[in-house]
Amino acid sequence: MEMDWSALIVKIRDERDKKAFRALFTHFAPRVKAFLMRSGADASLAEECAQEVMATLWQKAHLFDPSRASAATWIFTIARNRKIDAIRKMKRPEPEDLPWGPESEPDQEDVLALQQESTKLGDAIAQLPQKQRELIEQAYFGDLSHSEIADATGLPLGTIKSRIRLALDRLRHAMK
Amino acid sequence: MTDNIKHQVSDELLMAYSAGNLPEAFSLTIATHISLCDESRARLGAFDSVGGSLIETGETAELSEDSFEATMAMIENTENPIIADISGENEGVLPKPLRDYVGGDVDAVKWRSLGMGVKQAILPTSKEATARLLFIPAGTAMPDHGHVGTEMTLVLQGAFSDEVDRFARGDIEIADEHMDHTPIADIGEDCICLTATDAKLRFNSWLPRLVQPFFRI
Repeated sequence: MEMDWSALIVKIRDERDKKAFRALFTHFAPRVKAFLMRSGADASLAEECAQEVMATLWQKAHLFDPSRASAATWIFTIARNRKIDAIRKMKRPEPEDLPWGPESEPDQEDVLALQQESTKLGDAIAQLPQKQRELIEQAYFGDLSHSEIADATGLPLGTIKSRIRLALDRLRHAMK
Repeated sequence: MTDNIKHQVSDELLMAYSAGNLPEAFSLTIATHISLCDESRARLGAFDSVGGSLIETGETAELSEDSFEATMAMIENTENPIIADISGENEGVLPKPLRDYVGGDVDAVKWRSLGMGVKQAILPTSKEATARLLFIPAGTAMPDHGHVGTEMTLVLQGAFSDEVDRFARGDIEIADEHMDHTPIADIGEDCICLTATDAKLRFNSWLPRLVQPFFRI
């Protein structure tokens, strides 16, 4: 049985539940730290940033909408923004927020649908051929442009672009 | 917001934006485009989910011993900031991410003339790429130019046409080194665009090339 991470974030939002936070921390903080280290941070900077990312999760729990993003996706966006800020040292322009209607609890059906889609996407990524998966990972985690990936792997730029395109096509197909 | 946008941003750039690997000027252009284009916003959501899945299934790194306690202390030592959204009106020519860089809407832009009624304003971003607003009077052609690197052009007001197609508000055109083009603003309205370039533009006629060093085009 998979953990319902989204429900734990909602518990932090509603009840400031430290037990829920500890469970989220134990699962996600080591992953966030690894992500930041792959993005070029040394262990101590990555540790500090991972703590900040988890503190942000606590502080911004009221902004989390489980019908719009999974817990992992939301944490990824916080970690990504921290990476730009602390490691790449630039600003991160964010798109304008959509003008949502009056605040209302998200529809339980939407929450469930999103969780199922996230699981499906995770499975589809796991089933990608290894070479395609590695390139997708490098595109997200390594702080490398496609041409830098080309230098690092010795693959021609065209091969990298077409492999990534193939991987995305597969994911799209799997999500239909 | 706008549903008749024909020219969206490519998967490659959207993925790099989601991953946080683009120069600031490109991020700004994409954030502004997404503010105007619901389809690109939805696609970005999908790319963010890929990032989420990779985190979920990815490697772990060992935390320092007191990591959890340190994080709790961090939380307790910070006042819980209630972040009010004071972005104000969504109407205007410039979407919010761009207004943040300009310090207001179009009337706050500090234009510099490039001649022939064409004006530009360079926005403060990190150095690897340059973001600029361009004002092209209705019916006017921009100098024919090629590219050394990548150039993104996002239309904010009016429209322009070039060898490729016609581009209107919210549309984004990506040009690379293989492309020479001469954008011409529509007759009806002055055209305002946001462009991001990661290398200097290469103008094909001698005059703009001469003024290039002065105007940082």
